[in-house]
Order: sequence, then structure tokens, then C-alpha cells
Amino acid sequence: MKPTAHAFERNARQALHDATLQQALARARGGFVDKRRAAIEALPEFAALRAAGRAIKDHTLANLDHYLLRFEAQVQAKGGQVHWAETPEEACAAVLDICRQAGAKLVAKGKSMVGEEIAINDALEAAGFEVVETDLGEYIIQIAHEPPSHIIAPAVHKTRQQITELFEGLHHQPGLTRPLQTVPQIVDEARQVLRDKFLAADVGITGANFLIAETGSAVIVTNEGNGDLSATLPRVHIVLASIEKVVPTLEDASVLLRLLARSATGQEITSYTTFFTGPRRADDPDGPEEFHVVLIDNGRSAMLAGPYREMLRCIRCGACLNHCPVYGAVGGHAYGWVYPGPMGAVLTPLMVGLEEGRPLPNASTLCGRCEAVCPMAIPLPKLLREHRRQEFARHLTPPRARWALAAWAFFARRPQLYRRAARLAAGLLGKLARGRGRFRSLPFASAWTAARDLPAPQGETFMDQWRRRNKS
Amino acid sequence: MRVALFVTCLVDLMRPSVGFAAVKLLEGLGAEVVVPPEQTCCGQPAYNSGDLATARDLARPLVDALAGFEHVVVPSGSCAGMLVKHYPELFEHEPEWHAKAITLARRTRELSAFLAEHGARLAASHAGRVAMHDSCSARRELNVLAEPRALLAQVDGLERVEIKEAETCCGFGGTFCVKYPDISARMVADKAAAVIASGADTLVSGDLGCLLNIAGRLKRMESSVRVYHLAELLAGMTEVPGIGEAGR
Ligand code: SF4
Repeated sequence: MKPTAHAFERNARQALHDATLQQALARARGGFVDKRRAAIEALPEFAALRAAGRAIKDHTLANLDHYLLRFEAQVQAKGGQVHWAETPEEACAAVLDICRQAGAKLVAKGKSMVGEEIAINDALEAAGFEVVETDLGEYIIQIAHEPPSHIIAPAVHKTRQQITELFEGLHHQPGLTRPLQTVPQIVDEARQVLRDKFLAADVGITGANFLIAETGSAVIVTNEGNGDLSATLPRVHIVLASIEKVVPTLEDASVLLRLLARSATGQEITSYTTFFTGPRRADDPDGPEEFHVVLIDNGRSAMLAGPYREMLRCIRCGACLNHCPVYGAVGGHAYGWVYPGPMGAVLTPLMVGLEEGRPLPNASTLCGRCEAVCPMAIPLPKLLREHRRQEFARHLTPPRARWALAAWAFFARRPQLYRRAARLAAGLLGKLARGRGRFRSLPFASAWTAARDLPAPQGETFMDQWRRRNKS
Repeated sequence: MRVALFVTCLVDLMRPSVGFAAVKLLEGLGAEVVVPPEQTCCGQPAYNSGDLATARDLARPLVDALAGFEHVVVPSGSCAGMLVKHYPELFEHEPEWHAKAITLARRTRELSAFLAEHGARLAASHAGRVAMHDSCSARRELNVLAEPRALLAQVDGLERVEIKEAETCCGFGGTFCVKYPDISARMVADKAAAVIASGADTLVSGDLGCLLNIAGRLKRMESSVRVYHLAELLAGMTEVPGIGEAGR
């Protein structure tokens, strides 16, 4: 996926004017927020769970090399293989190799954000493989030729009407011609189409929510069961996972699973939570013949060593997106890359470069709601500020903003001069408003006055009035 | 009790009556109010723009100006949050200044928190339905939520209403409203609609930034909702025109 993060402003404006998108966003927003709140109110020990989850991640990150090697040893002991990939290219190459060796034609894929990150679908298709997404949301955006707009609900920006039209244009099999009116009908039709794909696929690719060092297992959660089918029906199962997904024990994974489900969808636990450990054993009734894990770095080692380390605690629950007023206004596509919302505004510049991702850390009021709802207590506003600091230090801040800042600072550093300037501005603006109390438009404040009036100053500054009062 | 008042640059420039309301409320507690003349701005715009050197340059004189006081009061959750939360971060690597910043942080309170902490007894009255808007800084950086409501409960004749989706930012965000005016406009439109839907006839908040934003939108919508800083209402000083209102 080619990033368009640099065009955030343009993307956002388009999104704000897209009535259908606005409708879809408004509906999604309330649902996620209410469900999460109910789930957390119903669990008094949520705060304790959150602290435990954070501690698990911090401990793992502090000993990441140890747990990754342990994980690899366990996967091998169970008959599987681990492939280490530093870059997206290496990761894709590893996957392609496995698919070629398996003589594959059709690849069934469960939802994977790191798969989007390394653009695995493009790589597979370019190499001549057919890929079909098996998560309903991912399937919808795949046939719409769009990237996901949310990390847990990839097609959240689509209305039911739009999905129905997509299906009508594509599903021409007999029996699939009835008009789709309800969500269950949509799900049912997708399921019929996908069923054949599962059975025909040679390779199944899934993501992983967690990797367990103790057992060499990969854990995935879904609400559709498509992950299980993608992993168990084809002959070869490939797990795509970034290195920070590893946790020490099963017990640790269960703590994080409880946090994940409640934060993401307000569920106590997701409908399907599956632990995959190695390929099929001699007496197993089903399962793949080969089990591969591709461990992807793509910048994470660097994050581990620097000021963004806390971001590696992220469990991709999407709560920060759901509660972010900016995401809620413009949706995920405006962010212009794989990861949207506050977590994306931190991650994207780290992965595509600050030059490309520059607008994202600024597209926040730093209201702090993302940090408040993050189950891993990631200080997202602090990390966004850190990006802004780097941006300023590297002279990537737009010149106009730099000058404005410099001019304001020039006065603010000189109290006497500042006082005189404030007196002038307050007096002048107060008079200009001529008793109306506000401005409908002001040449230098058009950004503000396009959508709201600008209240006028009362006239004389506080400091001037205070000095007069205390003299007499 | 001597109290230093940090009036904030917005109050100084835009709405001095908030400063005088704060003075009245503090004097009501029996405090002697001092306004250190060296103050300008807490440096938030620079801090949030990533210009930490300038933020420090502005913070140092303010830290010094406020150093001699046991109590520092700020009629803004956002600026109080800057002093309390971010000054210590700003000087993380300068031990001497870090210590000073921590001392200042410990002594600094947002106005309504200070009043509640010192058991303020108010004598104000206001007939009407009042909605309280919590700034994101007051709510999440300082956890000031109950205090303004407890104070409003002391005001005679006042009926308080809550705003739906109160936890959502109004879209002001300091420089955000200039950097991303379209998104900001959208956010404040939602907020203003929620204020109107609450049935309130008066909106108050402890933060002038949010108030300028929301009042600006309400006025653009020709809404009759009147907008005041919390301090003005608590001090019984609503005889001045509301924010964005014509002089009467
Ligand atoms: S940053 Fe926090 S809230 Fe956002 S997706 Fe990650 S874990 Fe969830």
C-alpha cells in the first residue's frame, strides 16, 4: 500500500464531505463506545487487569530476545518452522518461498494487520497466486479494491447498501441472486462463496494476536471462525506475526485476551479464540501438514531502543480509534496508511518515515481520550508530542507555523513588550467588534471564522486593569 | 493566605472579567491575591508544537515568578495541566529546574479544584439551566470533574444539566483549530449541537479556550445559549455580556 499520509489534510477534507462515509462512521462510533463502556463497568477488576497486562508486556519487551528464541525453539520442537524477516521484502519473500514449495495456486487468508503492513497480497498476486480474504470485512474491502479503514473492523466505513451492491456485481453463482436486506443475509452469502475457497486453498495465512513462548503457539481471535478454517483446512499454515506479539506463557496470553476483547468489541471473550501449536501430529484428525511462523521486525527493534518503546505494548484492540474524535470525523482512510487513528499516528511515521507521515501526529487535539481508554495504558499523546519534537528538530514543521511560533515567542519572552502588544491587540479588536461582541469574519483568522464566529476581546487587558486597580 | 494568580494569556487578552471573578472568589476565601507581573504565557503552543527549547525559555521565568508562593491558582485546566504535568517533563534532564518545576507543580491548582479544596462558601445565584463543559485537560490531566459540579450546586436557583458525549473534545486543541480547521469545525459543530440538545440556557467551563470555540459556534448558529467562564458564574459576575455577546 502506497502511503498517502502526507496528503492527510486533503484526504480528511474529502472524508468530511462524503455523506455516506459520515453516516457509516456515526453509526459505528456510538456502538463501539457504548459496548466497551458496558463491558468495563461489568468488570470491577478491569483496572487491575490493565495493570497486569501492562506489566506482562513491559517484562516481555525487556527480555524480547529471550522470549523470541524460546518461542522459536518451541515451534521447532513441535515440528514447525520460524522464519525471521527484518524488512517487509524479506517477509514477503519468505511467504512466497513457502507457497512455491507447496505448489500452491490459491491462498486463503485470515485477517492480518501485519500482512497489510508488508503488503503480502500484492506480493502474492504479483507472483501469480490467487489470494482470497476470508474475514468478512477484509473480503469486502478486497473486492472493493480498498485498504482497511479500521484495525478490527476493516470495512466499518461501508454502509450495508454499498456492500449489497458490491456483492450483486460479483456473486453470480446460482442461488445467490436474492436481494440482500439484512446483515445476516450478507454474512450468509459471503459464507457460501468463501466455503469453496477454504476447501480449494493450498495455503492458509493468518495473523496472530499473540505468540506464546512457553508452548510455541500462535493465538488468533475472530468472531467468524474464518481464522480457524484458513489455518486448518489448507495443507500449509503460515502465521504472520511481528516480533512484539510474543508473550511468555499461556497464562499471560489469557490476561491480554480478556483486555483485548473488552476493549475492542465490548465482548468478554471473542467468539473464536484458537491456539495453534505446530503442524498436524500423527494421530490428529485434522490440521495442516506444515506450520510456519514468519517473524517480522520492520522497525520494531529500533522502536525497542528508542523513545517510542511503549508503543510496542499495543495489542491492536482499536479502542483508541473508536474514541478518537479526529478518527470519528474523518475515518481511517484519511490517515493514508495501514494503521489509522492515534495508534496509527504514532506507528505510521515510524514505518514510512516522518517526512511522509508528518501530518498525522499533528492531527490530534491531544485530548487524551485515547490514552484513557487504551488497555495497555500507552501514553499516546506523549508519543505524538515526541513526533512533533522530532519534526521541529528536523525542520519538517511547515515554515508558516515556525514563523508564527517564533513571532509569538519573541513577544512572550519579553513581558513588557508582550503587555504593550496585548494592549494594542485587545484594544483594537475590541473596537473593531464595535459592540457586536464577535466577528463573523477576520482576514487573518479565516481558518477559525469559516465555521464559527470569533468572540471579541472585552477591550482592556486584565494586566492593565489590575495595575490600575492596585495603584488607586 | 497568599495566592499567586496565573491569569493565562487568553484571559488577559480576551476576557479579563474571568481574572477578576477569580480574584473575587479567592478573596472570598480570605486570600490575599497577588498577580506576578512577569507572567505572559505558559508556553503551551511551543510545547505542543515540538519546540521544546522555546517552551523551556518561557517556562523558566514563570517558574521563578511563581516560586515564592505557597499557592498558585490558574483559571484554566489546560494551563494548570501544563504547569502541573508538563513542566516537570520539560525539565526532566535539568535537575535543578526539575526540582523547581516539581515544587511548583505541587503548589498549583486549577481554580475550581482550589476553591473546593478550601471549602469555598459561595453566595451567588443564577436562575436557569446550566451545562458544565469539562475541558479535556481538566478531565483527564487533572481529574477535575466533581469540584466544579459541587460548586455549581451551591449556586441558588440553578438547575444543572449534563451534555451528551461530554467526554468528546470540542475541537479547540490550541493550534489544532488553526492547523486542521475543517476537522475542528466538525468537532465543534457536534459539541454545540450537544449543548443545545441538553436543554441548557447557559454553558460554563473552566477553560476559556473551549469556551471561545463553542461560543463561536453557538453564535454562528444563532443559538440563544449564553456562555460564561465557570468563575464568572460562581462569583455572581454574569452582569457582563456573555462570551461572543454584544454589549448591553
Ligand atoms: S494503542 Fe492502545 S487502544 Fe490503541 S489499539 Fe493499541 S492497545 Fe488498543
